[in-house]
Amino acid sequence: MSLTNQLKNQHLMWRAGFGPAVEQLDDLSKYTPKQFFKALVKASEKKPDYIDVADDYLKGLMMGIEEVGRQQKKELDADERKKVQQKNREGVRNLNMYWMHEMVNTASQLREKMAFFWHGHFACRNLNVFYQQGLLDVIRRNALGNFGTMLKEVSKSAAMLNFLNNQQNRKDHPNENFAREVMELFTLGRGNYTENDVKEAARAFTGWGANIKGEFQFRRFQHDFGSKTVLGRTGDFDGVEVLDILLEEKQTAKYITQKIYKFFVNEKADTDKINWLADRFYKNEYDISKLMEDIFTSDWFYDEKNIGAQIKSPVELLVGIQRMLPMKLENEEALMLLQRVLGQLLFYPPNVAGWPGGKNWIDSSSLMMRMRIPKLINDVDEMNVKAKDDDDTMMGMKDANVQAKGNKKPGGQQSGAAYAGMRRQQINANVDWQPYVKHYESVPRENLAETISKILLQTKSRVSMDIIKQYADQTGRENFIKTATMQVMSTPEYQLC
Amino acid sequence: MLFKRKEFIQIGSLATTSLMVPKFLKAFEGKSMVLPGNKVVVILQLSGGNDGLNTVIPFRNDLYYKARPKLGIAKDKALAVTDEAGLHPALKGFKELYDDGSLAILNNVGYPNPDRSHFRSMDIWHTASQSHEYWTNGWVGRYLDAQCNGCDKPTQAIELDDVLSLALKGEDIKGIAVKDPRRLYGTANEKFFRDVMRNHKNEAGEQPVDYLYKTMAETLSSADYIFQQSRMHPTNAEYPKTELGNSLKTIASLIYSEINTKVYYVSLGSFDTHINQDAQQQRLFTEMNDAVKAFVKDLKQQHRFEDVMLFTFSEFGRRVNQNASNGTDHGTANNMFLVSGGLKQKGVLNPLPDLSDLNEGDLKYNVDFKNVYATMLKKWLNADDKAILAKQYEYMNFI
Repeated sequence: MSLTNQLKNQHLMWRAGFGPAVEQLDDLSKYTPKQFFKALVKASEKKPDYIDVADDYLKGLMMGIEEVGRQQKKELDADERKKVQQKNREGVRNLNMYWMHEMVNTASQLREKMAFFWHGHFACRNLNVFYQQGLLDVIRRNALGNFGTMLKEVSKSAAMLNFLNNQQNRKDHPNENFAREVMELFTLGRGNYTENDVKEAARAFTGWGANIKGEFQFRRFQHDFGSKTVLGRTGDFDGVEVLDILLEEKQTAKYITQKIYKFFVNEKADTDKINWLADRFYKNEYDISKLMEDIFTSDWFYDEKNIGAQIKSPVELLVGIQRMLPMKLENEEALMLLQRVLGQLLFYPPNVAGWPGGKNWIDSSSLMMRMRIPKLINDVDEMNVKAKDDDDTMMGMKDANVQAKGNKKPGGQQSGAAYAGMRRQQINANVDWQPYVKHYESVPRENLAETISKILLQTKSRVSMDIIKQYADQTGRENFIKTATMQVMSTPEYQLC
Repeated sequence: MLFKRKEFIQIGSLATTSLMVPKFLKAFEGKSMVLPGNKVVVILQLSGGNDGLNTVIPFRNDLYYKARPKLGIAKDKALAVTDEAGLHPALKGFKELYDDGSLAILNNVGYPNPDRSHFRSMDIWHTASQSHEYWTNGWVGRYLDAQCNGCDKPTQAIELDDVLSLALKGEDIKGIAVKDPRRLYGTANEKFFRDVMRNHKNEAGEQPVDYLYKTMAETLSSADYIFQQSRMHPTNAEYPKTELGNSLKTIASLIYSEINTKVYYVSLGSFDTHINQDAQQQRLFTEMNDAVKAFVKDLKQQHRFEDVMLFTFSEFGRRVNQNASNGTDHGTANNMFLVSGGLKQKGVLNPLPDLSDLNEGDLKYNVDFKNVYATMLKKWLNADDKAILAKQYEYMNFI
């Protein structure tokens, strides 16, 4: 059975982007995947703008500290510290919303999808909004560029240096955290280096730090200028030279390619394909866009076994819905809550290894929550779940916040039901249905359900269309399209891409 | 109509289950799995890093009061359990448990190379990995994997929450998160989901879509099962009307039923007391104390206290020195409470922390928490701890 261009292009859009957008619906069957991919590449060529969400208060404060710092060390008092924390938290939240908005609306789908991959690869938790937006910029600028360049910029970013304790990595007191993770998670992968390589490499990164504004600083007096032996090479290496050694190792190309294959093509690795891709990636000196072209223009990428074979991550799911159904959300907080409850809050990866993905996204509660999202959008359901606390984010302020909102009565006594402390919230989405409904203009009524499910699903629906029809609103064409769409989005199949 | 409701629900849900539940789940129906005499574990997670030094107070130690001029709890306020240790004043019920021989205290529990990030340290406790390893499944989840090989009973571990913790996620099998059996039952019984489940083509393959349908089937039938069980012998005992009180009440009702659950998981927090620690810890301990006290009283009345092992843990303790905001910052080693009618060793099981031998201001651990896990798995749950923890840890003697 040959697959239609529509299905192949949808496949491409889900993997090389965040799913087809409603305005692309008419094009999906008009072009070949090669033409589609070419357009995607072109749309991602423009250099991305720096996303700056940091608050003026914070900026002023940072500049102030820097000024005063030249004369004497200024300590913030408790109130200022609290305010700084709060502003940073708001900043990271705004960064999250801004970026998600970008994922939904930008034509540069390939770049943002790539950046999203690197966001999980160079996973970093950091409560400083300047550091976070700096790292995001590195990743977005280099997303389709050169892996080596990106690796070096990430390694010199304040976010990563802080997160992996390299600020504490000094000549007489080496801290091996960064050196270990750069080998284990960013380049070679476990088992391809020795403990001694880690130790020696750590010495090369001594003295690497960042100032309060997030700029890289080389602290010469903390740097170990002596000779080191890393992966069989000996010399008085500095940090950049060690990164170059890691890039010289073909294993790095292999490790990165394998991760990319599993993310973009199929969780089930195909060693032959990966080796072929990795060889070329290495020969092309880590040119990411060439690697992605190799993947997305290959025939095997469009094999049936690769289509609909991945479980959407929470971000892919949430962005994908919004691309198909453009909507204005009165309650953007709900998007954050959904990210949290479903297990993928941007800028808060579980640890430096990133989100594990695949089946790990799915358990009984996350699956039920996913399938309820369409009802939330329709405002026929309320979000009556509570995310787990994240103490790294709350910094001990949970109580203050909770009490301010008046959710909890003093003395730990909550009234009535088990979840009295929970805010029931609605998403209050205002969906612009017109372009979506218009696409079905010429579809005969009896084919509507089938057509809708072909657009929304990447895998053959196991649910009989009779069920979809039975639950759809029959009081008119438009209502039917809307409700059938919501039903299809509430199935297990919709969780796949 | 109203008086018929209970019966109706039971009949109704049985009717739906028999129609839609795949064969591998049928084992749910019929036989009970956990009869009196069978053991269950209740894990109480104190999220945020509880301050262990103000939980079990070394009131004879000058170094303690020196490090905590304002936060130190005076000797006459602490509830003395030995001549050198006392419990936090809010833990009156725990003091009674101590006197009664149903409380054990483990000091200096931690792990090598401690991490001070909440999330990371919690990860380490949940997965039972070493601190340089990143595992994607939890120790209770792997217990499910080992225990349920081929039996597909995700209700063997239940978390009283809306979201499932990493601790309960196994490689193949994941526990169930349910805050309120009735609400889960309501969601799962949405007609559309039932109809989708009933009418889909079951191909029982290895594709992700099969995994999704399998999870959905397990969820729907577990929701029925848990709800039915929770109504079988609901406890009549009085519980405080707090979140933890409600959770422990649900747990008690499930313990009295015929459900197959072996591990219950519940959290309380946040104990992240960087500022004004006293009030916050007092409030949380009051909630914990009252709920646990009611729970134990209930279990004793039902003669099930010997079968239940409740233990507390926190991702880390706090620094020995108080900070400038009448709070404490992230630390390392911490104590754990073990509460059960079936303890072999009671009281304070090992020496209090040595405040004169610190590691840059932090307590040194000398009990690895994985030894506690191994002991629970092997001696209480009769499970293969070595396979579950991927290493043979020494057993302790409290069981």
